[in-house]
Amino acid sequence: MLRERFCHQKIPGKPFGVESQHKIFNICSTHIRMEDDSNANVLVPSHDKAIPGDRSSSRPVVFILDEFDLFAHHKNQTLLYNLFDVSQSAQTPVAVIGLTCRLDVLELLEKRVKSRFSHRQIHLLSSFRFKQYLEIFKMQLSLPEDFTDRRFAEEWNQNIKSLCEDRSVEDVLQKHFCSSKDFRSLHMLLMLALSRVTVSHPAIKPTDLLEASRLCTMDSKANILHGLSVLELCLIIAMKHLSDIYDGEPFNFQMVHNEFQKFIQRKSHSVHNFEKPVVIKAFEHLHQLELIKPMEGPSVRTQKEYQLVKLLLDNSQIMDALQKYPQCPTDVKQWATSAFG
Amino acid sequence: MSRYFTRLKKRRVYSWIGGPSFIDRKLKHMFYEGLCIKTDGNTNTGCIRPGHYILIEGDEDRSYVAKLLKLYDDGTGTRSSKHAEVQWFVRFHEVPQNKRKRLGRDPHPNEVFLYEIPNCDSDIDAETIITTVQVQHLEENSPFPAAQSQENSLYVKLSWDGKSFSPVNLDLLLQSGGKPVLPASSHTDSLPKPDLDVSRGLAVDSPSRPTRSARQQHSSTSKYSQSKELSDRQPSNVISTPTARKKLQLSNSVKPPGSKLTRDDVLAELLDEDRAVSSLEAEVTRRRALASKPSSSPSKKPRDLCISLSPIRGGQITQDHQLANGTQIGPRLQPEELVKRTLKRESRAESTEGETPSKRKDSIKIDAPLDILIEDGGEVGGPVVAVTPRSRRKSAQVSSARIQQQLNYLNRKQSTDFDVDDDEEDVFLPTKKDLKSSSEEESESVTGRRGSRSAVPRTPRSSRKAPSRTPAKTPNKTPRRTPSKTPVPRTPRTPRHATPSIPSRTQPTRKPGNVLEEARARLHVSSVPESLPCREQEFQDIFNFVESKVMDGTGGCMYISGVPGTGKTATVHEVIRCLHHAAEQDELPSFCFIEINGMKMTAPHQAYVQILQMLTGQKATAEHAAALLEKRFSTPAPKRETTVLLVDELDLLWTRKQNVMYNLFDWPTRRQAKLVVLAIANTMDLPERIMINRVASRLGLTRMSFQPYSYKQLQQIITSRLNRVRAFEDDALQLVSRKVAALSGDARRCLDICRRATEICEFSSQRSGSGLVAMSHVMEALDEMFSSPYITAIRCASVQEQIFLKAVIAEFRRLGLEEATFQQVFRQHLALCRVEGLSPVCMSEGLTTCLRLGACRLLLLESSHRDLHLRVRLNVSQDDVLYALKEG
Repeated sequence: MLRERFCHQKIPGKPFGVESQHKIFNICSTHIRMEDDSNANVLVPSHDKAIPGDRSSSRPVVFILDEFDLFAHHKNQTLLYNLFDVSQSAQTPVAVIGLTCRLDVLELLEKRVKSRFSHRQIHLLSSFRFKQYLEIFKMQLSLPEDFTDRRFAEEWNQNIKSLCEDRSVEDVLQKHFCSSKDFRSLHMLLMLALSRVTVSHPAIKPTDLLEASRLCTMDSKANILHGLSVLELCLIIAMKHLSDIYDGEPFNFQMVHNEFQKFIQRKSHSVHNFEKPVVIKAFEHLHQLELIKPMEGPSVRTQKEYQLVKLLLDNSQIMDALQKYPQCPTDVKQWATSAFG
Repeated sequence: MSRYFTRLKKRRVYSWIGGPSFIDRKLKHMFYEGLCIKTDGNTNTGCIRPGHYILIEGDEDRSYVAKLLKLYDDGTGTRSSKHAEVQWFVRFHEVPQNKRKRLGRDPHPNEVFLYEIPNCDSDIDAETIITTVQVQHLEENSPFPAAQSQENSLYVKLSWDGKSFSPVNLDLLLQSGGKPVLPASSHTDSLPKPDLDVSRGLAVDSPSRPTRSARQQHSSTSKYSQSKELSDRQPSNVISTPTARKKLQLSNSVKPPGSKLTRDDVLAELLDEDRAVSSLEAEVTRRRALASKPSSSPSKKPRDLCISLSPIRGGQITQDHQLANGTQIGPRLQPEELVKRTLKRESRAESTEGETPSKRKDSIKIDAPLDILIEDGGEVGGPVVAVTPRSRRKSAQVSSARIQQQLNYLNRKQSTDFDVDDDEEDVFLPTKKDLKSSSEEESESVTGRRGSRSAVPRTPRSSRKAPSRTPAKTPNKTPRRTPSKTPVPRTPRTPRHATPSIPSRTQPTRKPGNVLEEARARLHVSSVPESLPCREQEFQDIFNFVESKVMDGTGGCMYISGVPGTGKTATVHEVIRCLHHAAEQDELPSFCFIEINGMKMTAPHQAYVQILQMLTGQKATAEHAAALLEKRFSTPAPKRETTVLLVDELDLLWTRKQNVMYNLFDWPTRRQAKLVVLAIANTMDLPERIMINRVASRLGLTRMSFQPYSYKQLQQIITSRLNRVRAFEDDALQLVSRKVAALSGDARRCLDICRRATEICEFSSQRSGSGLVAMSHVMEALDEMFSSPYITAIRCASVQEQIFLKAVIAEFRRLGLEEATFQQVFRQHLALCRVEGLSPVCMSEGLTTCLRLGACRLLLLESSHRDLHLRVRLNVSQDDVLYALKEG
């Protein structure tokens, strides 16, 4: 009973712990940050006290401009100009800290604004190695000392420790580390793994992590392809052929339909000859799934059949999906692999 | 403020009463006894005679108050041929906003002040007169009558001389106050003797002439034009034809008839007696020529050179009714000055002799120096200008000497200001302060002391912002500035309105503890240095320009350009500070300074609103404000002081029709505007580039460009700012200045680097000794500021990101283009993964990687909804990428 309660507490409690730890991290350490690369422009840092006169009377004000680059897009950059100007004049002491992930943010500033900028830049880059990454992983998952159920916390932490030494876990993390160093993706992974923890399954197992990793790295479009009907799949293949023939030029429904008809008439044995409205419906479904994308905006009113579209799938994705597609008719597969329609 | 007398919208018809009472044949002026005003739709006509108090059409729907002195017709027969000569009164709202506080109390709505500012134009178009009004003089301490019943009467207690309010000379007002005094009523006076040529007597009597003239010229705030005009048109009821007798009038010596003899008067009288009746005819004509010359440069001429000429009429001239009415009130004289003027004073003591009212004494006042000048130099105007100690086109040495003098003045001032008066600190601050000594002094008022000490470099700024500060300087103010009085940073000019304020800091500011901190404080851009080195020439040019305009009471434009951080605004502020200082010392007519900044407005048309608000305190919409300003600058208002308008970031005032810029440059060309516009922008060719011709033409060719600082100048700037604080090695300084000069010549950048270098130095010296900023520190600071972050960023990227970058380059090479679609790059990416022996990534992952690189702008991407087809470009050079990846 007690255990169950703690476990339930733990599940919501854990992500919170992760978040708060992460927050502290952000503040304390300069080299770890969720953005892999954050470029903080610090103006007049801590110098307010030394600034004379009037400034002695009024409390220094610190402005933090997150997504600093977007402020630079405001008209004439008046906000930045004025903030910088105040920070450079003997008025109320002001420190302006801009946060951005753009490395080229200075090029966005107008020259008179740039001239007023102090050119203090702090680049927070995640330059750590895999070993540190592992440490971070461990730290993020560990429960604090003052956790309510001490025994559970000890067990949990012990489990995490062993988890770090597990070979497969390390592989998962290594792969994750390769693809991205930032914290947000790590948290994503850990959240997915944590969500598998239940009362009956009180600890994270390496398989949980593997599963989480699989979820993380899944190709979303390939997943969608698995859920398509054979007709839709046929249309996709027809489109693939069209893309190959015309070297990525856009095509319209009529072309796709013609291609599909050719296939039906010449090779198909298993696929029905669907009525045209049915094919159109399937085509529209693909559109809704954003597997195809119209070239013109929605404002352009052309007849549905002749609207130019492009396929948003790579050949490799289509082939992979076909391999995994359950009970895919062989003639469809053959059609897909054949060079030209 | 009284708004009772709004302008009558009805058309009025003006006509003279009777025929001309006196004709000045020389000037073809006909003087009249009265003016008849008939309003349309109103049968009764109002009569106005000299001595009446009148309302005159003013700007902003408020009428001006004045006392009528004379009425005359200039004989041109045009519609505006009717003129009137007036003594002005000001309403409270006409007093410049920043000086209103000096009244020390709330003004009565119907209160007016005798206007004693010299050299204002007192000649008005008679057809702007609206009606008569009652003006009563009150004792200074007496309460105002419950005046609501009597809307139409105004009260005068004090006089305003442009700097302070002072009680009105009672004698004058008794003469002039109350009911209108008709010229010929009671004060008949005459000179005991015909006017003498003062020059003769004085030429003999006053050995100290040159010094005196110099001093008088020094306080050269004469009502020159006024008195000149007076002299041009002597209104008189004299029937006798004028004979060739000259009359020289000293406008500032006003002695009510019947008043007691002062020492001055006696002296003057003695002098008068020495005068020869038959004065030098040649001189007379010359002086007449001078007097009738158009007022080309009135303000420049000393008061005492004002000569009023009028025909001599049998020894009696109708001047004293003006005097009797107290209308010719010159600037208040300092006691010592009075004494100095004694010789020129003319006695009015015997003015009540039995003369016919119409026959008035012809007052002659001749300044001795003038006569000398006239005698010496054949041409009148020339020598006058020549003697003026502060000629407009001063040589550079003169004015730089004065700047020096002001600096000295400030230095001197420091000792007194320092402990005595907190309020004063705002205005005058010590320029230099030995830090050691200040820190050793009493610790009783740490904050206050620091305030004064650290405020040193702010001096120009604070004086510049006098208007905003004044309200805080009420006498009952607590010595320490309370937080609520601190204006919000960007609304410093609206202190009268409730503004949100920034709470006070809980701890006092820390004093700079060591040399480096001190240096850092001094190197902050906000700390304005004692002087602006390396901009002497520009300073001089702007100074001369503004000064001449202010002195002449004319307008003009100047365009100042230069890249950012070359001291444009700072120099202008410095000029204004010096001019303000000069104005305070009576060397210049006072003027008001307004600053607008294109960047600090939301729209170009807001400029009107801001200007109007700073000029008058009114709030209006942009359109209304434009109309009001237009009216203000196009209607004559002689009492107006010159306005100096600084327009910073001019290019932002650009509109499609350019009407804002057009107006800004058109107003100064109006004769009455007295507006000097200093426009600042970054580019030199702005007028040619963005302005249409009619705007560029009005801007004129007075241009100045600030060159970027050379490394020597930058070095000098830092050195002067550091001012003996030894914090930098010389080499280090030179490195900084050379580096910045090579890049931009931006002084701000230079200072920033230096400040950063001191920080680095401080940080490193915590571990190892030396306190001086050395080359290495400067190098580090330069590296921080100028090194590109891209290479480090690439090195810190994840493996997949690096591979993606490689794939981008590979695809570029394959295509021979600098652009590829994501699909193409991704194929390369997969191939590279295989080569590197990594498990291939899926498309979704690849896209996230790509987008991440795009977010930090290593790649330039189209918006991501294009998915596979989004185009990819590198934002770094291929070589940089390869270099970074090779090392990593």
